[in-house]
Amino acid sequence: MNFIETTNVVKQFSGHLALDRVSISVPRGKIFGLLGPNGAGKTTLIRIINRITAPDSGNVLIDGREICQNDVFRIGYMPEERGMYRKMKVGEQAIYLAQLKGLKYADARERLKSWLSKFEIESWWNRKLEELSKGMQQKVQFIITVIHDPELLIFDEPFSGFDPVNADRLKQEIIELKNAGKTIIFSTHNMASVEEICDEIALIDQSRVVLSGQVREIRRRYKTNTFTVQIPLSNKLLVASDVPFDIIEQRNLYDSTELRIRKPSELSNAELLAAIAREFEIISFVEEFPSMNEVFINTVSAKKSQ
Amino acid sequence: MNKLGIVIKREYLRRVSKKSFIILTILMPFLMAGIVALPLWMSRIKSSEVRTVAIIDSTSKYISLFKDTETYRFIATTSSLDEYRNSRDKSLFAILSISGDLLDNPRAAAIYSEKQIPQDLSGLINYVITKYLEDEKLASFNIPNIKEIIAESKVRFSVQTIKWEEGGRETESSAGIAMAVGFIFTMLIYMFILIYGAMVMTGVQEEKTNRIVELMVSSVRPFDLMMGKIVGIALVGLTQLILWGVMLVGLFIGMQVFLGGGIDPSAIQQAQMMKQGMAAAPPELGEMSKIMNLISSINYTEIVIYFILYFIGGYLLFAALFAAIGSAVNQAEDTQQFMMPITLLLVFALYAGIYSMENPDGPLAFWCSFIPLTSPIVMMMRLPFEVPLWEKLLSLALLYATSAGIVWLSGKIYRVGILMYGKKPSFKEIAKWVRYK
Repeated sequence: MNFIETTNVVKQFSGHLALDRVSISVPRGKIFGLLGPNGAGKTTLIRIINRITAPDSGNVLIDGREICQNDVFRIGYMPEERGMYRKMKVGEQAIYLAQLKGLKYADARERLKSWLSKFEIESWWNRKLEELSKGMQQKVQFIITVIHDPELLIFDEPFSGFDPVNADRLKQEIIELKNAGKTIIFSTHNMASVEEICDEIALIDQSRVVLSGQVREIRRRYKTNTFTVQIPLSNKLLVASDVPFDIIEQRNLYDSTELRIRKPSELSNAELLAAIAREFEIISFVEEFPSMNEVFINTVSAKKSQ
Repeated sequence: MNKLGIVIKREYLRRVSKKSFIILTILMPFLMAGIVALPLWMSRIKSSEVRTVAIIDSTSKYISLFKDTETYRFIATTSSLDEYRNSRDKSLFAILSISGDLLDNPRAAAIYSEKQIPQDLSGLINYVITKYLEDEKLASFNIPNIKEIIAESKVRFSVQTIKWEEGGRETESSAGIAMAVGFIFTMLIYMFILIYGAMVMTGVQEEKTNRIVELMVSSVRPFDLMMGKIVGIALVGLTQLILWGVMLVGLFIGMQVFLGGGIDPSAIQQAQMMKQGMAAAPPELGEMSKIMNLISSINYTEIVIYFILYFIGGYLLFAALFAAIGSAVNQAEDTQQFMMPITLLLVFALYAGIYSMENPDGPLAFWCSFIPLTSPIVMMMRLPFEVPLWEKLLSLALLYATSAGIVWLSGKIYRVGILMYGKKPSFKEIAKWVRYK
């Protein structure tokens, strides 16, 4: 069942359509990637789900019903523009923000304690934000996002500004949250992380959803019928007229030869395999799926060239 | 506790627990007293230098009138004016030349100097000569004892001003004291609106530039966030006022203890009489008790209540405007353009208030005490002069209705403004924000 859904959301800013009938469905317990070039409308959509701005038309549904103000307690949000009160102490600040997310003071205190000890940063309680390094602030920011144990987590560009070590840490935390049954939406430019952790995506370009679905399914959908085949070392140059497929590349590795081939779409994989097997011993046979990066670039630039 | 309460609590505690707030609250009254007293004290310091003024008196009638003072030494001279002009004798400060009988020709006296002639020198010379000439003129009437007759006929008169209370009770009133009380409260309200309004603006701006605001509005409605700040800061202002009130009362009690008697005028009188061993109260003490009566003739409870009502209404109005400005701009430097009209308005209100002092029931005072943007300031000036109840109620109703409207409007602007980064918006764009859903 879908936990969050938007249906035909439209948002217009003065003279500029930010979102044009955007519909997305985020299944419960999955990681949902919101992709798109800068200025596509991702942040606007995230703000609408967070009830920061209201859509001009269209609905946001949570658990199948219209979202209301109290539902924000169920959402944890880490905006792209991360900021906290610089002059406030870590403990005070986190408790204040947790209280605004509906936690009681005592509960907020307990949870903050356990989170700080999880990250082994208990000593930061009485330190002002401005005394912490950027990496340290990001940890506090993460704790603030999850402290009220929300069912839905929204990260806007979570990996921007993190160093590789902390970015990996964050990725692990996100996976951990998913394993704990949380639903996660994040927007990103980092396609590698999309392939790695997203279950589903929606690609927004020029205010519209241009592509959406499961990551595996999309990559399959965009396949180009390209295969990588390894055969025993051979100096015999293949000619396309001898075989029922195109040869894109042939190169010799240390003890084998690697071929990249493209089959005609009417040829099935089994037929292709048989055709190769007639000529060579096969070491490995792998179908290439496009990376999300390629899908992204192809989809976005294809739209541009129209 | 609801979210608004949580925000108010934080905004309030954060400011009140600051060392700078505590220190400033304690020192401010002394600072203000110092700001008033220091120039006054400094203007009284006389230069120790004694300046020499040479007198060329061709009639020899006037020279003996001039006695040396602390600052001026007068010397007689027979040299001519031209000689001095050419010699440029630096030891002389000025030369007073009297070339004829001043009763016949008042223009026959003049002061020459290479420097600017100070007021006190010309004043001194005028005084001395006027007095002499008066006596001389009186003498010319040939009436015996005329000086005594005139001295006796001098009367000091000041009309009593008595106000009829409801029920016909008479109290003495004094426009002067009402003016002073009105002025103090007007200045207070003006300063508080400006200082605390600006505090709201910086607070909003800080949240916007720190980029915390997006996180905040994901859990608090923007309107609650804005109102929390406005109300929290208003409470800070009221706390400061109450502390000052307590300090003032403490000061009075302290003074009573220090003087060894109450400020009850009769007590002072008695203490003074015993000290001086005199049977009759000296006239100045009678005056003093009268002033005390006059000061206490003003209904302070009423003024304080209205002060708080006008403070809240006026502050709400301006603080909401300031919050809208703070949310719309990206850098502190950009606030100038939007601050200007508001500051001008406040200064206009202050001047309208000050001019209303002269004529508290005149048309300027009357109309400005209804216009919501000026009424908190102008009405404070009029209050000690007894304003009819309907005027007060109408003015308050208008003020609060407008404040509510402005708060609503500012909330709309604020909601959009805090999330808008980039170039400085124009008034036109801001107007569009109001219509955003």
